[in-house]
Amino acid sequence: MSGKSRRDFLKKSAIIGAGVTGLSTSTTKAAPKNILSEDRMGVLVDTTVCVGCRNCEWACKDAHNLPAGDLEAYEDRKILEAKRRPDHTTLTVINEYSHGKNSNLPVDLKIQCMHCDHPACVSACIVGAFSKQENGSVIWDTDMCIGCRYCMAACPFQIPAFEYDKALNPLIMKCDFCFDRTKEGKLPACVSICPVEALTYGQRTNLVKIGRDRIKRNSDRYIDHIFGEYEVGGTSWMYLASKDFKELDFPDIGRNPAPGVSESIQHGIFAYFVPPVSLYALLGGIMWISKRRKELEEEGKI
Amino acid sequence: MNYELVNPVPIKHKFFTPGVIALIIIALNGLVFLMGRFFFGLGAVTNLNNQYPWGLWIGVDVAAGVALAAGGFTTAALGHVMHREEYHAIVRPALLTAMLGYTFVAVGVFVDIGRWYLIWHPLIMWNGNSALFEVGICVMIYMTVLYIEFLPIFTERFIGKVNLPGILSRLNKLVDKILRLLDRGLSKTMFIFIIAGVVLSTLHQSSLGTLMIIAGPKMHPLWQTPVLPLLFLLSAVSVGFPMVIFESLIASHSLKLKPEMHILSRLGSMIAPLLGIYLAFKIGDMFIRETFVYLGEFNTASVMFTIEILFGVIIPLRMFLSPKVLKSPPLLFTASALVVIGVLLNRINNFVVAYNPPYSTTSYFPSFGEISVTVGFTAMLVLAYRFIIMNFPVISLPGKQTAQPTKYAIRGVEK
Repeated sequence: MSGKSRRDFLKKSAIIGAGVTGLSTSTTKAAPKNILSEDRMGVLVDTTVCVGCRNCEWACKDAHNLPAGDLEAYEDRKILEAKRRPDHTTLTVINEYSHGKNSNLPVDLKIQCMHCDHPACVSACIVGAFSKQENGSVIWDTDMCIGCRYCMAACPFQIPAFEYDKALNPLIMKCDFCFDRTKEGKLPACVSICPVEALTYGQRTNLVKIGRDRIKRNSDRYIDHIFGEYEVGGTSWMYLASKDFKELDFPDIGRNPAPGVSESIQHGIFAYFVPPVSLYALLGGIMWISKRRKELEEEGKI
Repeated sequence: MNYELVNPVPIKHKFFTPGVIALIIIALNGLVFLMGRFFFGLGAVTNLNNQYPWGLWIGVDVAAGVALAAGGFTTAALGHVMHREEYHAIVRPALLTAMLGYTFVAVGVFVDIGRWYLIWHPLIMWNGNSALFEVGICVMIYMTVLYIEFLPIFTERFIGKVNLPGILSRLNKLVDKILRLLDRGLSKTMFIFIIAGVVLSTLHQSSLGTLMIIAGPKMHPLWQTPVLPLLFLLSAVSVGFPMVIFESLIASHSLKLKPEMHILSRLGSMIAPLLGIYLAFKIGDMFIRETFVYLGEFNTASVMFTIEILFGVIIPLRMFLSPKVLKSPPLLFTASALVVIGVLLNRINNFVVAYNPPYSTTSYFPSFGEISVTVGFTAMLVLAYRFIIMNFPVISLPGKQTAQPTKYAIRGVEK
C-alpha cells in the first residue's frame, strides 16, 4: 500500500468532500426512515467462545424458509476448510481461522449483516426500500426493490446478495436480524440456538459495557478492540476476538459513516434546489443577452 | 455576418451497404444474448456475482453512454444559449446523438436491473439521499426534454406532406393542423426546454460521479475522490465537441458528403481549453491526495490510469493546440477519437477497474454475452442514426443556400 493506508485517504477524502460542499460530514442527515433509537438492540459475538458448530446456519435457514436440510449434516467440519461468504441461500456463515493469542483452538467467526447505525444500503437504495428500524435491524421492502444492486456496490462489508440465477423476481437477500421474530419478542434464530452462548443479544449500549468488561477482566484472552463499536459510525453486531480483526478478514474501513461524503455532496448540490434554479436563471440571462447583442449587431449593420 | 446558411435535409443514400449488413449481424447477436438474459436471468449471461454487482453494462452502456451523449447539451449551450448561429448546422446531429444515446442508456438500465418490470418505481418512490435516484430521475426528465427538442424536426418533415394510407387519408388535414399547432407552440416555448436540458445535464453528469463515492475504500484511491462529481462533469463537457466531430466525420465519410471542416475546425479549437481544465483538476486532485504513489506500482490500476490520462487527455490536448491538426480531417478525427476513447476508458475504470470488493476470489471480466449485448446496442444505435438522417432533416448540406437561415432550427430562440 506504499506506506499509506486507505483509511488515511478516506479521512482526507472526507475533509475535502466537506470542504467542496461547504458542509460538515457530521451534520449529514440520516436517510429517510433511518431511526437511531437509544434503545436499539444488537448482538455481541465472542469469537473466543464460538466452537464452529454451525447450528446458527441451520437455524437461520429454518427461520427464513430456506432449504436447511438435517441439523446433523452441519457437524461436518470439512466445509470450514474453505472461506465462504453469505449468499442468497445462506444468510449467515461460519469461517475458521488459525488460533489467536494464548490459545491453541482455532478461531471460528460468524459472518452476517452488521446492521450499521448509518447504513450505506439505506442511503444508496434508489427507491428507499432499505430502512434502519428502531430495534436496530436494517431491513428492506422486497416489493419496492427494482434489483439495481446499488446496495451491494455500496455496502462496506459486501453483504447483500442477489439471486442471479432467477429470471423473474430475483431478490436481494441478507440477514434481517430476524425482524419478524424479534417483533414477537422472540430471540433471533441464531442467538436462540447457539449452544455455547457465543452470541449475546441485548441493548447495544449494554453490549458495549459487557464487551469492555470482558476485555478488562480477561486481557490475556482478548485483544483490546470491540469491532463495530466505532467502525463506520458503529454497528449493531459487534465482535470480540483474540487476534487482530484484519487477520480475520474484516475490512479496514475507518470510523466515518459510509454514506457521509456521498450524502453531503448530494445535499450540497441540491440544497433546497437553489443551485439548479440559479443555474437555470443564469443560463436564461446569458441566452437573453446574447440574443439581444446579435439583434443589435444586425440593426447596426442595416 | 457571413456564416453558412443552415439547410438540413434528409440525406439521399443507399441504406444497405456491406457495413450496414455487418452492423445488423452484430445487433442480432446481441439480441440473442439479451433473450438469454430475460429467459434465464442475469447470472446466465453475465459474469456478475455478489462481489461484483456492477459490470460492463453499467460502466459502458449507462455511464459511458451518458458521457458520450454530452454533445447534445454542450452544442445546445453553444448554439442556443450563447447564440452562436454559425454552429447551428451541428446542433441537430448532436441532438439526435444525444436522443438516441439516452434512449440506449435507458434500455441499458432496463436490461441490467433484476426486476426490470419495476423500472418505474423511482418515479413514485423517492430517496433524496441516493445519488442513483438523482441520476435516474434526471435522465428520465432529460430524455423527455430531448424528445421534445427533436419534435420540430418531426413536424418539419411532415407539415404539408401528411399522407396517411387508405381510409386514414381522411385524417390528413386534421393531422396536418395538429402538427402546425404543435410546431407553433413549440417554437414559442423551446427556450424553456433548451435551458432545462443544459441544467439537467450538468446535474446528472456530475451525480453520475457521486455514484461510486459511497463504495469508499472498495474503490482504488487513484479514482476514489470526493471531487469525482466535478471530474465527471468536466470530462463530460470536454468530450461533447470531440464526439460531435468524431460522428460528423464518420457520417460524411460514410455518406460521401464533404466534411464541414469550417465548423469542425472552429469547434476543435475550443476543445483544448476544456481538456486543459479537466486535466488540471485531475492532476491537482492527485497531488492534493498524494495518490501519485500508486503510479509507482505496476498493476492493472496504474497502467489503466496512465493510459486514460496520457492517451485520453494529454496527447489529444497537445494535438488540439496545433493549427495543422485543426485543419486536417484525419488528424482532427484522430484527436477527437482519442478523447472519446479516453472518456470511455475513464468510465470503465471508475465503475469496473477501480472497484475492488473486499472478498473477491477472482477478478471480474465481462462475459462474451455481456460484450455482445453492449456491442449490439452500439450497432443498433448507429443503424437508428443512419435511418433517421436518411428520413428526417438532420444533417445540413454545406453550400446550398436555399432555405431560410434558421427557420427550422430548434425554435424559440431565433427571431
